[in-house]
Amino acid sequence: MITVPRPGRPRDEENERADGAGPAAPTRRRSRVRAFGLRTRLLAAFLLVAAVSAGTTSALTYREARNALLKTAQDMAVSTFRDQVERTGWRLPVEEEGIEEILRDLARTGKPRPWVVFAEYGSIRASSGENPVSSVITPELRRAATADRYGSFERVVKDGVPYLTIGMPTVFKTGPDSTLPTGLVLYAVMRMTDEQINVDALLVAARNGALPGLAVALVPALLAARSVLRPVRELRRAARSMGSGRLDTRIPVRGRDELADLADTFNESAGQLERSVGELRDAEARARRFASDVSHELRTPLAGMLAVTEVLDEDADRLDPDTAQAVRLVSAETGKLAVLVEDLMEISRFDARAAELNADEIDVAEAIRKTLQVRHWAGDDRIRTELPPDIRARLDPRRFDVVIANLVGNALRHGGAPVTVLLRTEASSSGTLVLVVEVADRGPGIPAAALPHIFDRFYKADAARTRSPGSGLGLAITLENVNLHDGTIRAGNLPGGGAVFTVEIPLRAEEAVR
Amino acid sequence: MSRVLLVEDDPFVREGVQLGLRRRGHDVRAAGTGEDGLAALAGFRPDLLLLDLMLPGMTGVQVCRRIREHSQLPIIMLTARGDDFDVVIGLEAGADDYIVKPARPEVIDARIRAVLRRMDDGSTGRPAIEVYGDLTIDRIGLTVSKAGRPLTLAPSELRLLLHLSAAPEQVFSRQQLLENVWEHTFHADGRLVDACVARLRGKIEDEVGDPRYVQTLRGFGYRFGPL
Repeated sequence: MITVPRPGRPRDEENERADGAGPAAPTRRRSRVRAFGLRTRLLAAFLLVAAVSAGTTSALTYREARNALLKTAQDMAVSTFRDQVERTGWRLPVEEEGIEEILRDLARTGKPRPWVVFAEYGSIRASSGENPVSSVITPELRRAATADRYGSFERVVKDGVPYLTIGMPTVFKTGPDSTLPTGLVLYAVMRMTDEQINVDALLVAARNGALPGLAVALVPALLAARSVLRPVRELRRAARSMGSGRLDTRIPVRGRDELADLADTFNESAGQLERSVGELRDAEARARRFASDVSHELRTPLAGMLAVTEVLDEDADRLDPDTAQAVRLVSAETGKLAVLVEDLMEISRFDARAAELNADEIDVAEAIRKTLQVRHWAGDDRIRTELPPDIRARLDPRRFDVVIANLVGNALRHGGAPVTVLLRTEASSSGTLVLVVEVADRGPGIPAAALPHIFDRFYKADAARTRSPGSGLGLAITLENVNLHDGTIRAGNLPGGGAVFTVEIPLRAEEAVR
Repeated sequence: MSRVLLVEDDPFVREGVQLGLRRRGHDVRAAGTGEDGLAALAGFRPDLLLLDLMLPGMTGVQVCRRIREHSQLPIIMLTARGDDFDVVIGLEAGADDYIVKPARPEVIDARIRAVLRRMDDGSTGRPAIEVYGDLTIDRIGLTVSKAGRPLTLAPSELRLLLHLSAAPEQVFSRQQLLENVWEHTFHADGRLVDACVARLRGKIEDEVGDPRYVQTLRGFGYRFGPL
């Protein structure tokens, strides 16, 4: 089966134009909230870059500043402690009494902060503070302190308080370059609270610097997104406008960037498209006008010729046989020519979209009976009808008559008797009620190769037959008339042989008479 | 046999139609322009005017209007199908019927006879004079008057009124009226009826916007009354 699509009516196109982007509005709304749109991605990229750079910068600055701060304090503390320890004269073996006094002396010299000094010698444990043993000195420091004659230090955090612990062994000088540990190891424990406060302040400063940076990054991100998105939006709007037939759509070109190039290219392509479409339209319009003009020009002489054919027919009997035959031929061909010209004009009007639908609410069965009766097919036993009463539809009576007459005439000429005309109403897939007229014959059917072209103008299913009794435009006109009713027409073959044409016209509830 | 005045600008068509109609027994006088046609009216006194719409100078529609100013001469327009706009204008100007060109003399002859046929609507047994409201219809004398004032109706208007009023309150579809009043056997243009109804209403109704006599039944057609 072939379904012939219904071409858009000009009026509908106008409506769409008037609405502008009306039907496309939902798409636009959807794009506004698109989750991973260009805008979102641009913002995310900008924020990511800003966050990474701000974070890295702050982290590096923080680390360097913190190290510098701590290192200064540490170095000062270690060297001061070493000096103090070296300067102090130690009496060996160390005795428990008296050492605390020395340790307290040492504790007073703490730099840059006061420290608590501990001494460990064999089993002797002493300190400048209250406890003889510090709880922050780790075994690792003890090991390192005894191993390295220049002393070791360690940063320890205990209960949230940072400490610098320094271990310093005392040595004998046994030669110019050699020393021997005395076994006395001194430890200094210094609270680094002030340094920690400074370091914390650094951290806060870095963070405070990075966050506004991120916020500020949003502004260029939004600006960049806008500068990209606006041309993109314009491009989309222009493309849609072109798609809806406004070929004169152009985009304003701003700046000299890639997007401007894109807009330029778009405008150029649009211009070329407009030109070629314009040329095509002009050519088509010229061709149509020519066909219309030709048929108009033919009509006037035909009107005169047709007026005198009767005279020819009536008097032919009185002429000699050859002349009579010639006269009858001219008369008959004049009649056919008149039909052809009428059909050509009708097609021209469809092409020019000048065909009007003069709809009237009619009883469809009655209209079909009338069509058959007027063409003297009513009593024809080659035609069977099934026309249920009380089906009323809004149709153009003249055009509907043309449709039925063409289909039945076609079936009688090319198909085989009996020709059946069936009328019924049906609910279509979309739920609307449609009027269905089926014209079927019991002839050989339509060859498969001819089916797609059956509604083409001047199409001959049988190439050998050079001329059919009709104008060759009958089915094309039928198709146009059905389309004008917003209907469809299909051609196909019956399983048992024979062709069937099915006309479907949607029924409307509107009233007919003004 | 009737006297037909043909106004047609193309000499070949004019000659052909004249020849064809003369063979069918009509007395045909032809004119090439609207002005010549109007001038020929008084001397020839035709029964019917066959008027081409497309004329040089004065158009068929203008001729039609000019004649309707003072005469109810039956007028049939010759048009080309597709010149729909002209058909409507012509019908509104007062033409009684139209013929699509090119047409055989047979068809033209049938239209002429239909327009000229006197009303024969089986009014036997009915009183010759009927009164509906202000309207008095004389079926024998074929006159209509409103509140005592005689109305001049074109042939198609009179036939339509007589047909509708012969069966008051019965609804006629446009196709039925085309068949019965205009004797169109082919499916014709319903606007022929609409234009005639509009003209008739202009003459018999008190208010054209709210008709009493010729009423519209949307979706079905027209009816006479109820008053």
